[in-house]
Amino acid sequence: MRTAANPFVFTGCVELRQALDAHALDERELLDRLREVPIGAVFFHTHGYFLRHRPFMTAWGNDFARWAAVEVRDQVLAERLAVVDPFALETLEALREELVTIVDRHLRGLGAVVRLPFARGFHFQQSQLVEVPLGPRATTLREFRDGLAAVDASAIYLHMVDARARRGRGSGDFAEWLRTSLGLAELADRIGRIDAYLTTLERVRGRLLNLVDGALEEEGE
Amino acid sequence: MSRIAEYRQVAPQGTVDIIERLAERVRGRRFLHVSGGRLGGPAEVLRATVPILGDLGIDARWEITGGDPAYYATVRALQAALEGGERVLTEDGLARYLAMNRVNAKKLDLDADLVLAHDVPPASLVDARAGGRWIWRCHFDCSEAQPGAWTFFRPLVERFDAAVFSLPQYAHRLGVPAYVLHPSIDPLSDKNRDLAPREMQAVLAALRVPQDKPLLLQVGSFTRGHDPLGVVNAYRIVKTHHDVRLVLAGTAEDDSESLEILANLREAAQQDRDITVLELPVGAHVQINALQRAATIVLQKSVHEGFDLGPAEAMWKGRPVIGGATAGITQQILHDVTGYIVRSVEGAAFRVRHLLNNREQIPRMGAAGREHARRAFLITRHLLDYLALMVHLAP
Repeated sequence: MRTAANPFVFTGCVELRQALDAHALDERELLDRLREVPIGAVFFHTHGYFLRHRPFMTAWGNDFARWAAVEVRDQVLAERLAVVDPFALETLEALREELVTIVDRHLRGLGAVVRLPFARGFHFQQSQLVEVPLGPRATTLREFRDGLAAVDASAIYLHMVDARARRGRGSGDFAEWLRTSLGLAELADRIGRIDAYLTTLERVRGRLLNLVDGALEEEGE
Repeated sequence: MSRIAEYRQVAPQGTVDIIERLAERVRGRRFLHVSGGRLGGPAEVLRATVPILGDLGIDARWEITGGDPAYYATVRALQAALEGGERVLTEDGLARYLAMNRVNAKKLDLDADLVLAHDVPPASLVDARAGGRWIWRCHFDCSEAQPGAWTFFRPLVERFDAAVFSLPQYAHRLGVPAYVLHPSIDPLSDKNRDLAPREMQAVLAALRVPQDKPLLLQVGSFTRGHDPLGVVNAYRIVKTHHDVRLVLAGTAEDDSESLEILANLREAAQQDRDITVLELPVGAHVQINALQRAATIVLQKSVHEGFDLGPAEAMWKGRPVIGGATAGITQQILHDVTGYIVRSVEGAAFRVRHLLNNREQIPRMGAAGREHARRAFLITRHLLDYLALMVHLAP
């Protein structure tokens, strides 16, 4: 069995949320605020949605689509925003531009916009992730598999979502380590192709375990 | 055994491990809570979390401010005005509030690495800060504060290093960072722990609540904000199609409006033997627990803003919840997954009828609600938030 010189350290995270003084009480204000909020807020309301809606199918895919559907009751905008796959865009600025373009185009075909009371407005937030190294360290694929099965789901988020979107690791921490430390390029490629959009962290964990189990079988483990 | 170990069986997988790892990073740090009393929702959480933090190696303490009647009168008026109510605040009263807290500052040991001052009573203690990081924890909605009250209070808040609100829309514009921490429930407390069937039956028998037909329940004070009369009207619509029982359990305030609502509810109960109005004392936790577990569907048809944890408690007991469209309730109920958000009496009745006509959805929604509460509203999540705050602000 291959052994890595650099062990993989599973790291969980706790999201410390911060309210921003940025609020939208209608769709025009949503467009204005989207253009000017810190990029961390765009991350929080798109990728961060998957950390906060862990046990359930993420029905709307991001907070903007959910707000349009539930509060504004503009199903057309909700559907247009819901199909934006944050994992398909290379940078957060590209993601912001995509969201801005969708809302802008939608508003051009709209006469009046619905004005909401403050309590039902869109209230922008951003977050700081406090990282927490967890117990298991893996130097072999078997140890990696055992650690993956046991860790808190926030570790899946940190290594698969945050690593890709905020830390520029295109295929995520798991794939990177498997490729560079264990030399398992094919498995790394497969993991890099896992679609984390519109699913739950537990299902992503399940897909990861399936792929790793397959590789272990191939290695005769 | 450490108290945190008891939560392994109820918290999400891996959460207690993260709590222990985070606690290792701030072991020995001094974490002080200061509040105006030991009653109420925030106090329930502190009663559970402070000893657990101590077990985890954090020097956690909880101090209470004291004062004379004039101090308490000003605190109540100031908080009501910060919540948006019209109140008369006198210069003498505000001066008394500041003076009493100067006395409190001399009596209390405020030396800590992180101080969390809860709500209005201890806020001006920040003037006596000697060291450490200070955070103002606001448990209410102050976004619509009366201008005069906010003009007095804002400079106090801005002497803190940060503020914490239960929802982003509850925050007022501030010059310090505003963090967001949802309130939580203790799954092992009397209000939420598992009840043996025999214990539950005994409690329900003592309350004279039969279990002979589907039970609709609302727990909450008999005030306009919780709209118990709206719940009765929704029940009456449902009753034309389904033989159900309604229990309204709560406490009455001593103002005339609340007493009038209670009188109306009693009249409704006299006319319909399937309506039960239970006036419960503060601290009737086991009774509320038993009622929520006995309920078929729980209603929380509040119309006021505020983070009422009734939906989280009911979801933890595996019950679907039909709640009013307030910010705190929409944060808890996942519409069409763990229950329904409604905006009218008719909407509440429609959703109750829908569930009673499609009973297979009741356990499914209940199970989803329990998992949602497990992830988002248990004190294990609250402990994570507190520890993350410590790591972030007072490493």
